[in-house]
Amino acid sequence: MATVSQPAPAPRRRGFAATYLSPKTAISSRSLLVLAVAGFAVILGLWTLAAILVDNPFFVPTPLAVVVAWVDMIATQGFLVDIAWSTFRIVGGFALAALIAVPLGLLMGAFEVARGFFQPPINAIRYMPASAFIPLLILLQGLGEEEKLTVIWIGVFFQLVLMVMDIAHRVPTETLSVAYTLGASRWTVLRKVFLPATLPEVVDALRITMGWAWTYLIVAELVAATAGIGYVILVSERFLRADRIIAAILTIGLLGLITDQVFALFSRWAFPYVEKVHE
Amino acid sequence: MSAVSFVDVEMVFRTRERTVRALDRTSLEVPEGQFAVIVGPSGCGKSTLLTIGAGLVTPTRGEVLVGGRPAQGPGADRGMVFQSYSLYPWLSVRRNIEFGPEIRKVARGERRRRSDELIGLMRLQDFADAYPKALSGGMKQRVAIARALANDPDVLFMDEPFGALDALTRQVMQEMLTDIWQRFKRTVLFVTHDIDEAVFLGDVVHVMTVRPGRIREVIDIDLPRPRTFETLAGERFAELRRRVLEVIHEESLKAVESELTALSA
Repeated sequence: MATVSQPAPAPRRRGFAATYLSPKTAISSRSLLVLAVAGFAVILGLWTLAAILVDNPFFVPTPLAVVVAWVDMIATQGFLVDIAWSTFRIVGGFALAALIAVPLGLLMGAFEVARGFFQPPINAIRYMPASAFIPLLILLQGLGEEEKLTVIWIGVFFQLVLMVMDIAHRVPTETLSVAYTLGASRWTVLRKVFLPATLPEVVDALRITMGWAWTYLIVAELVAATAGIGYVILVSERFLRADRIIAAILTIGLLGLITDQVFALFSRWAFPYVEKVHE
Repeated sequence: MSAVSFVDVEMVFRTRERTVRALDRTSLEVPEGQFAVIVGPSGCGKSTLLTIGAGLVTPTRGEVLVGGRPAQGPGADRGMVFQSYSLYPWLSVRRNIEFGPEIRKVARGERRRRSDELIGLMRLQDFADAYPKALSGGMKQRVAIARALANDPDVLFMDEPFGALDALTRQVMQEMLTDIWQRFKRTVLFVTHDIDEAVFLGDVVHVMTVRPGRIREVIDIDLPRPRTFETLAGERFAELRRRVLEVIHEESLKAVESELTALSA
């Protein structure tokens, strides 16, 4: 144990095993960065190797070919318009789902009456895959935007409403009890205690379900669309353009990452009081 | 007149499998300005009695009188401090303390004056604008006590408020609480299973029996105030502690025995 007055001792060099192979022991942020870069490098390496071995650019294009294809798609194929269409559908379908799911979920978490009425049917519908509804929706709504928004809505709504209900249900009873003993009415408790107690986790739930929305979007676009990232993937398959398919998939990953970061930044800005256990 | 009295309060919980009689015709009176402590083995229904007193739970039978009048439902006249602090993480220390006055529409200046006073008393000056996440357990509980006091309640119920704290912090908190109580002279009903804590804090200690819960014995604590850590070393403290311990010990043995017979049945 060093005393306070002494200068900080230089970190002692430990053996490789002690540094990296002790369970649940932190390693330096530099090591973490190196590992992250290495993770990507290995994937790219294996991919390049596979491309060389298969030696058929129609099936396995090299990473470089994919980048070239991506630039070409944006420059000459109007890919940005497809991205815009997909983004519009995602945001629209997701917003419509969240707009109803969040208040309903809070209501179900707060009131047994609401939970008793809504939970059983929602639980049942949750197990019906959103994609299975597509043929029915095409019959009912045609091939327009309503159909795509509805697919995303179905995919998001039923999951989200139950997640929000759980969050609301987990608010400790004592948190509400204290407010009552401070003179709060039921309405005040709902508005000033229950609601703010759930908000940060609700935003987390939105962040998670937003990721799922992408899955349903692409399924909807693969089945019937005239624009959008899923449509581009489908068309590229017909023209044996694996490079474009991969470029489109990577684009979705990138958009997902951006969305996720936007949610994370918003959370940190809006809820500075939340104790972060794990970032 | 008693600040708060429990009259023949009975509490029966019914689940599908069995019926549990948590409280059996319990009567208890806390005179105005008294610091009363209920001590008893775990599961004796002492916390249930507090939640009934606070109006959070309706008893199966009997009633609670506050200032001689039957109390119905929770209200700002009866404050409550839980073991779990239950601070509002989205509010600063100051706004937590002002929560009660705020919802009761106390004027801003008056609110501020009260929270300033309590923040000073609780030695929270450096943390007035911090969120609860920045506080230690002892500080959190100080905020919770200040929040309850800010409302100026007739009676303050405290449900094992120091139960989650380490032994050293707990001792400091007990001294702080006696200090503050002497200043405010609020009626307090304090529940604990810690005998030292009960004797150190209380004007009177009610010892409860195991299920069904009942007050078994009332022991007057005639230790002089102000009480400090030196009180703990005194002879009288040891005597009183021993008396409470004897009654509790008997009750705890009974509790274990009844659990054993329940298991073998």
